[in-house]
This record gives sequence, C-alpha cells and structure tokens, in this order.
Amino acid sequence: MKALAARRHHRLTPVVLMLLALLVTGGLYAVLSPTSASADTAATNDIEAGEKLFQANCATCHGVNAEGRDEVPSLIGVGAASVNFQVGTGRMPMQMNSPQAPAKPTQFDAEQTNQLAAYVASLGPGPATPTAEQVDPALGDASNGSAIFRTNCAMCHNAVGAGGALSEGKYAPALSGTTPTHIYEAMLTGPQSMPVFNDATITPEEKRDVIAYLVEQREGSAGGADLGNLGPVSEGLWVWIVGIGALIGCAVWIGAKSS
Amino acid sequence: MTEQHNHSTDLSTTSGGQQLETFPDPGVPEHKLRMADKDPKASKRAERQTVVLFVISILGTIGMMVAYFMVRPDGTTVGTRNANLALGLGLFFALMGIGLAAVHWAKTLMSDHEHVDERHDVRGTDEVRAAAIAELKAGAEDSGIARRPVLKGAVVTALALFPLTIAVPLISSVGGDWDISKFKHTIWRKGTRLAIDPNGRLIKAADVTIGSVVHVIPDVPEEERRSHEWITEKAKAVVLLVRLDPADLKESEERKTWSHDGIVAYSKICTHVGCPVALYEQQTHHLLCPCHQSTFDVADGAKVVFGPAKRPLPQLPIAVDDEGYLIAQDDFDEPVGPSYWGRLK
Repeated sequence: MKALAARRHHRLTPVVLMLLALLVTGGLYAVLSPTSASADTAATNDIEAGEKLFQANCATCHGVNAEGRDEVPSLIGVGAASVNFQVGTGRMPMQMNSPQAPAKPTQFDAEQTNQLAAYVASLGPGPATPTAEQVDPALGDASNGSAIFRTNCAMCHNAVGAGGALSEGKYAPALSGTTPTHIYEAMLTGPQSMPVFNDATITPEEKRDVIAYLVEQREGSAGGADLGNLGPVSEGLWVWIVGIGALIGCAVWIGAKSS
Repeated sequence: MTEQHNHSTDLSTTSGGQQLETFPDPGVPEHKLRMADKDPKASKRAERQTVVLFVISILGTIGMMVAYFMVRPDGTTVGTRNANLALGLGLFFALMGIGLAAVHWAKTLMSDHEHVDERHDVRGTDEVRAAAIAELKAGAEDSGIARRPVLKGAVVTALALFPLTIAVPLISSVGGDWDISKFKHTIWRKGTRLAIDPNGRLIKAADVTIGSVVHVIPDVPEEERRSHEWITEKAKAVVLLVRLDPADLKESEERKTWSHDGIVAYSKICTHVGCPVALYEQQTHHLLCPCHQSTFDVADGAKVVFGPAKRPLPQLPIAVDDEGYLIAQDDFDEPVGPSYWGRLK
C-alpha cells in the first residue's frame, strides 16, 4: 500500500486510473448489461414483424387469429418448427388447391421465416426449431438411422429416401435435397399426409441418426448409376430399351453383309 | 375401284377353291464380291481395322490390370464406385475389342462363298435297320434277362425305387408342418406391453400425440428377440398404433372398449396377401398397402375403402396399465393376414 501511495503523484497515474476505470465500467457493463432484455425486445420485434407478415400473407386462409377453418388447419400450437418447415421449403404459402402442397422456391427469406415462426410460436406452445447440433449428420449413427428409417419411413419415402406415390395424387417426396433441419422438423411436426414422430416415438438422437443415414445416401451408390433408385420401373426401362436395343443392333450388324 | 374389287374376288376364289399357286424356287442369290475381294486397298484397310480392334482389346486388358492395382476401393462409396468403374471399363474394352474384331474379320476378310450341303433322309436303309435290330436282340439274349425273371424284377424295382431318395425329403420339407392352428394366434396375450419396433422401448399412452404413428411389437425379453423363432412371431404380431382425434373416430358398440382415448392398434399385415400395410396418411386417416394399393380407413374400423383386400385389418384391443404403459387386452380375435386353406373368406 505504501508503495502505491508513494507513487500517487507519478505522471502516469491518471492514465493507469483511467484504464482501470474503463476496465471496471466495461466489465460491469458486460456482466450486468440487459442482454436478456435486449433479446426480449428483439423477440418482441420479431413477433410484431411476424404478425404483420402473417396478416398480409397467411391470414386469408388460416384466419386473422390463425384459428383455421374447415379444411385449413389452425396454427395455434403448431410451433416454430412447423412454420420453419412449411415456409422454409416453400410449401407455404400455397399457390393453389391441389392434393398436396409441393415444395417450391421460398417466398420469404430466412429472417422473415424466423419472424413468422416467432409469431406462430407466440400463439401457443409447440415444437421449437432444432439446434445445429441436433441435426448435425456427423454426430449421428447412420447404421442405427438405417434401422429406424426402414421401420418408420421407408414404406413411403423408399429405402434410400427416393420418395414414392401415395393415394389420390399425394406422394412422399424424395429426401435427397432436403436440409437436415427440415428433415428433423418434418419428423417432429408431421406435415400434410405425414404422421407425427414425436420425441417419444423417435428420440432426438434417433432423429439425428436418421439424418446421418439420409445424408450418407447422397454420396450415391457404390454400384454405379442408381437410375433414381426407383427399382424395377427405371431399371426395366433401361434394360428393355437400351440393353435389348444394343443387342438387336449387334445382331443386325453381325447379320448384315459386308459391302 | 372395280378393278381392285375384281382382283380381290379372284384371290378369294383361288384360296377358297384349289391350292394356291406356288412360287418357283428363286435359288441362292448371285454371289457378289465384297470391296475387300475386289480391291487390295480395301482388303488392307479391313485388315488394319481388325488389328486396331484387337489392339483396343489388348489396351483394355492392360488397363484393367493397371486399374486393379492402382485404383483400389478405399472404403468410401465414391472410392468403391470408381474402382468398379475402372475395372468394368477395362473388361468392356478387352472383351468388346475381341468380339468386334472377330466379327469384322469374318465379315470382311474370311471366305464368304456359300456352300450347299443337302440333308440326307432321316430313315436309314433297310440293311442298316435290320442290322440294328439284330444287334439289340443279340444284346438282350446275351444279358439273359428273358431267362432270369428275378433279376428282371430286381433291376426294375431298384430303378423304380431310387427316385424316392429325392421325392421323400422334398415333399416332407415342403409340407412338413400341416398344423394350421398357428395361423390363428399371435404371441399377443392379455397384459403384453406394447413396445416400439425395432428398439423395444415401451410406450406410454401419454407419449402418443394426435397424428402420431408408432410401429409396434410385443414386449418380450431381449434373449427371446434374438432367437430364430422371433422373426416368425414378429412377422405375425406387428401392429400399427395411431392416435386420432377422438371426434374423428367411428367405433362400433362392441369395440368401444378396444381403444384408449383415440389410440387404436391394428395388425400391420394386409388381409389381401400379407404385405406390411404401413403407408399412413395422417390427414385422411387412410392406410395404404404398397403392394396392391388396398386402402384401409383407420378412423372407421380399418375397413377397406379401395383395392383388392376383402376384410378389414384385425384390431388389437388395448388398454393402459397402472404405470401408464399401453398393454394388449388379449390376442387378436381373428387370424391376422391373408386367407388360407383353413379360412377361405
């Protein structure tokens, strides 16, 4: 203490004091600053912006309070995950009535989608969007994912996720281009014809395993051209038209007289 | 018009009346020389082309050898595909080169003169036929089969019995088990808990949310699930569990107690030919069989709404035990799956 007191008239004292004061202020600000408050403000802003977007783009069908009507589902309690899937894959807003709303180029950017999701999530508790870690295919077990996919998903989506037909014009889409987040959200929320696979039926870890399995299928087949993985249709077409065509060509060439 | 009509009348008279006029045998067409026969340059060119094709084959073989040692599958999908592709292309050129060269060689350079070889009569001459019969008779005489009836009986019996060594095991293994009572029951019992396929986790009623589908197997001990019989039993006992909004559910009076709060369980084996029916459409509550498009309405007793199936899917009566887990009230009250000879409807 004495040493400090002796140097209190040093010419660098004001600078040191100033630095200390700045440090304390900065530190205190970092600790005490109302980050949660500012996040709340941001979320409130998101909800407000989302509500505006909702009223302009969705309320025509889903109702001004998102209550739904006859054929249109209520959005109260569907959660942010559902909105992120439906709007993020372009399925919503729907362009016309058809057996199924197809994926198409998105109408809203990521920020607007988040605002809509925030608004719908504020209407009632529902599944939230997954974190990046929850959908990271590198952390999943593709082998276990394969077993779960075969039991729960393959009958509609095909054994490697190439998609397939359902009844009356509906279909299970191919999963080759779907982002891991959207795959996760589809399992969690059960969009359109798809049933719900909640966290009790397929746990979050198992969902990640399924994503790992599907992402692994994107490397293609070790056997060469997979012809869309559609089984006997595309393979038969190839064999009957190209394969037998080439054989007939060879037979004609062998039988023709040389000029 | 008239002329055409007359012409066709003529034809019909001819074919209806007498034998059709036959064409004279045109014979073998006149032999035409090929380019390679007339022009030494063309001949040289054909030879060169054949050599090139053989060289392609040689290069293909060398390429396949190089690919075998240089392009090894490294364990990744892409690596395996590239290794297969390299081997396949090498083999293709190696064999295709030989094949094309051989055909091209034969067509352009080898002799193309036609030779006619008249077919001889199928019937032999009388001397040959008499000699053959004499040989056969001499052989029978020599073996003494006519004089030794016991020997004759023994050889016929031995030859006639031998096919049994193939037929008996074959027929026995095909129809070894004529017990059809096993078709009438599954391993579901009163109080068997419902478990999730494939990991065997138990299911609480509260965990099944509306719109959910759970693929269900009976809860059996782990070692039983590893046994060989389990596959057969599982194939009969698989169940699809669905939760609907109770307002959507139509239930007959006697089955009111078979569901729990909108949760219904139906056999997953199609009543048509036994495919697993599992394509559930959440919005229409329709369950579609992927094999022949039989469609069942899960909201209305799984009755058939489309397709070749004749019977609704059997329903598994379920309840909830003290701990909140879903349990079976009993086995199915009818055989699951398609009709069989003990049950023809």
